[in-house]
Amino acid sequence: MDFTEDQLQRYSRHIILPEVGGKGQRKLLGAKVFIVGAGGLGCPVGYYLTAAGVGTLGIIDNDSVELSNLQRQIAHSTKTIGMYKIDSAKATFEALNPDVRVIGIKERISKDNILDLIRDYDIVVDGSDNFPTRYLVNDACVMAKKPLVSGAILKFEGHVTTIVPGEGHCYRCLFEEMPPPGLVPSCQEAGVIGAIPGVVGSLQAIEVIKLILGKGDPLKNTLLIYDALKTTFRRIKVLKNPNCPVCGDNPTIRELLDYDAGYCAVQ
Amino acid sequence: MEEDIKPDRKINIKGLVCPYTFVKAKLAVEDMEIGQVIEILLDYEEASRSIPKSMEDHGQKVLKVEKINDTDWVLVIRKEKE
Repeated sequence: MDFTEDQLQRYSRHIILPEVGGKGQRKLLGAKVFIVGAGGLGCPVGYYLTAAGVGTLGIIDNDSVELSNLQRQIAHSTKTIGMYKIDSAKATFEALNPDVRVIGIKERISKDNILDLIRDYDIVVDGSDNFPTRYLVNDACVMAKKPLVSGAILKFEGHVTTIVPGEGHCYRCLFEEMPPPGLVPSCQEAGVIGAIPGVVGSLQAIEVIKLILGKGDPLKNTLLIYDALKTTFRRIKVLKNPNCPVCGDNPTIRELLDYDAGYCAVQ
Repeated sequence: MEEDIKPDRKINIKGLVCPYTFVKAKLAVEDMEIGQVIEILLDYEEASRSIPKSMEDHGQKVLKVEKINDTDWVLVIRKEKE
């Protein structure tokens, strides 16, 4: 594939990097990334992957834009309040870079649709805001052997980890079971500084780009914790658990569970 | 000796400025085989210094940098590394 003159200009700061070059940029243009959630994390992840020229972005989200989202969800705007988030985000991303095909899916992700949804994608990004979805996405990615870049935010803190099934840990190696409902405050209860998802989402976007390029060291077997108040990044070593219920040697979770139901029952 | 090297490829990037001078040169080198030689004609003075430096940083061999008239330079570079 030859670059157009517009593409040479748009991607020039990539192409001149030894780790990218024309070859790396072609990989980015050919890559397909699936983003769970068009919220605090999905917005910056999608924004930077669009700017980077990642050729196909699938984004799933079931919500509409609300005024309270705009403190952090940068792909949406005052003018798109009331629109579905996927439509608002798609319009923003397509305006930024017409090279990118944005596929918006207005559904709730579930055990019944996730494996079909992610099948045609190379990498999955979790930008969800709740534990049932986080565990669903982890288990599905392990089963489908899809690399997963997971992010989480709360208050002044953010977490990022990269799961490459078969090569490193998975989310259940780190936290085997979902925390009981009520123990962990949601964003709505606890608040978050709007720039935190910007930091975490940008880190996730870079992890995705590294995986596509095959360069650098992704956060395999590592949990990165960003503390904005202290301005520290801590790297926590995470070992793959041979007894992990989903990615261990003798997994007990062999098909996707009813994550929401279990979660609500405990509640 | 180096005067005798026959380039496998020639590009003319006159009229371009940084960073497109290097973008074009780099993409041309990417398409070549290791050991092949490219001759680059340019008229942007800064690039006559920055392209050789960047090419060496990327592991390529700069064989010649020559100002051939009032406005133009010729660079000759051999590909040593993918």
